[in-house]
Amino acid sequence: MSAKTLYDKLWDSHLVQQRDDGSALIYIDLQLLHEVTSPQAFEGLRLAGRKPWRVSSSLATPDHNVPTTKKERISGVDGIEDPVSKIQVTTLDDNCNEFGITEFNMKDIRQGIVHVVGPEQGATLPGMTVVCGDSHTSTHGAFGALAHGIGTSEVEHVLATQCLVQKKSRNMLVRVDGELSPWVSAKDVVLAIIGAIGTAGGTGFAIEFGGTGIQSLSMEGRMTVCNMAIEAGARVGLIAVDDTTVEYVKGRPYAPKGAHWDMAVEAWKDLVSDKDAQFDEVVVIKAEDIKPQVTWGTSPEMVIAIDEPIPRAEDQKDPVKKEGYARAWKYMGLEGKTMLSDVVLDRVFIGSCTNSRIEDLRIAAEVVKGRKVASTLKQAIVVPGSGLVKAQAEKEGLHEIFEAAGLEWREPGCSMCLAMNADKLGAGEHCASTSNRNFEGRQGFGGRTHLVSPAMAAAAAIAGHFVDVNEFVKH
Amino acid sequence: MRPFTKHTGLAAPLDLANVDTDMIIPKQFLKSIKRTGFGKNLFDELRYEDEGQPDQECDGRPIRKDFVLNQDRYKGASVLLARQNFGCGSSREHAPWALDDYGFRSIIAPSFADIFYNNCFKNGLLPIVLQAEEVDQLFAEVALREGAQVIVDLENQTVTSPSGATFEFNVDNFRKHCLLNGLDDIGLTLQQDAAIRRYEEKRMNDAPWLFLPRGQ
Repeated sequence: MSAKTLYDKLWDSHLVQQRDDGSALIYIDLQLLHEVTSPQAFEGLRLAGRKPWRVSSSLATPDHNVPTTKKERISGVDGIEDPVSKIQVTTLDDNCNEFGITEFNMKDIRQGIVHVVGPEQGATLPGMTVVCGDSHTSTHGAFGALAHGIGTSEVEHVLATQCLVQKKSRNMLVRVDGELSPWVSAKDVVLAIIGAIGTAGGTGFAIEFGGTGIQSLSMEGRMTVCNMAIEAGARVGLIAVDDTTVEYVKGRPYAPKGAHWDMAVEAWKDLVSDKDAQFDEVVVIKAEDIKPQVTWGTSPEMVIAIDEPIPRAEDQKDPVKKEGYARAWKYMGLEGKTMLSDVVLDRVFIGSCTNSRIEDLRIAAEVVKGRKVASTLKQAIVVPGSGLVKAQAEKEGLHEIFEAAGLEWREPGCSMCLAMNADKLGAGEHCASTSNRNFEGRQGFGGRTHLVSPAMAAAAAIAGHFVDVNEFVKH
Repeated sequence: MRPFTKHTGLAAPLDLANVDTDMIIPKQFLKSIKRTGFGKNLFDELRYEDEGQPDQECDGRPIRKDFVLNQDRYKGASVLLARQNFGCGSSREHAPWALDDYGFRSIIAPSFADIFYNNCFKNGLLPIVLQAEEVDQLFAEVALREGAQVIVDLENQTVTSPSGATFEFNVDNFRKHCLLNGLDDIGLTLQQDAAIRRYEEKRMNDAPWLFLPRGQ
């Protein structure tokens, strides 16, 4: 039998039916649901008189537009001030009740961002197919699972049939060789990758991330990398299963137990690309070359290392790129600036499905400990990824470190990553954000987003502008 | 789903690469629990000068006059000409819902983001990938003459430019079949229920832990 990539193996083990035109019916093991992309899917089921195929394969939690202030959160869904958001969250509660789907509602400590909650509960397991009506579902690929975002019609399709009609992607390997420098994190790695291959570089591919620079990452770090595969255009990001994966999953509430655990671990050993597997494309990046990254423009590919000058439109040869750069310069208000350290920050956001896990918060806390946020800053908020992350952080006293430094400690949710709730940027404001998208208006109408790692965001909060965290911590 | 067979319509050129789904329909409009009504907020931040709110009347809002859809000559456009990587970003199906609700039937670009491309087919909206030079030619021809129409023929997989040039495009057979006949693909998949059950039985044997009640 010919050698297979990890993606090939996952695809083959979920193939229900191959069709002549290259499309196939693929079985889905886990569907995560949230309030924004599911209401129309449930409505579709009702209109057609259909029932979910297998309710136990779904897990739901509201995240996108839940408020994050204590005041609004104290009475659960009733406390949501925005009436439109409230209807959406209530609709998720009602739909889950009606169809018998497990939901961590706003009063449940397990509530949080779907992509934090799934892995945290052990609902996400190696070897699974995982879908969700959210493009950052690629996060779960960190577990050697085949995971990707889908639209609402497909959410309905999976609920009704447990399957998806899919066409197989091509295989890409992104190998990060060598050892990462101190204070260079998974976020810097993935931003550097996107900078290298571009925001459409992975379109049509499933990207497997490998090499020592990836293998040395914790599961939190691996999730950060896979999370942003979609920002390189790839719906699927993957990392092979190893001891780090198995150790993370072990003992989680929904992980298999006893004899099933042993059986599962044995099966998971095969969740690696075969030695001779062929990839359609291979990209190699040297870990040592990666420095702390900051995005300067309105696409994640508009990214540079902190010590590089901001690239100028007039230096670009490709006319489409030139125009894109000129538009981004104008939107971001970069005229008269050469380095990103020249940008005065208005807000700092530490959170999102990319960087709101306990490890992210520990690193941010380490940087701000004993320091104070810059007086020029309007706001700095820390939004944990789930109620359990929040509880763990509080157990470790991280919230006290943040609050003493002048950062706000919030309730879990997607928050300022996409600003569907009250947490948003004002027009023209610059934000150091640990989220995943710097699109125009993403964090608020006219808002200017700079994507960074938690350590870089924390250092920027103290300095009031971007600094190399590696230099910063020495002082 | 509304079938798509052949469509002749006014083409509007959106000359911008990497148009993301946040541009197509900003987040504040995603709070709706319906599939309809997004057309008035399509490209909201590109189209209007102020920040739009859900349930707001859009008629009196200040518009950005230079935006393509605000120009009189492109009123009633039903074919959108776009640049590379159109629809990148989030998986929100509200993006094709908004394009459809506005009145677009087809989008022509040199490349699309995967999830967006896929979502279009579920909504009777036909995304077409043409060569970059072909898209350039369409942009040029449409700019040349007001009211220039483009013909999109799914059956024959061709796009005909205002001057009569014909370009061929690829589309998966299954998607084409569903779109031509306006078929609900959930119904089609459910016809394969025996195959799905067979797969489940095998999988239950190979990986029983995936089928246990949670936490056991």
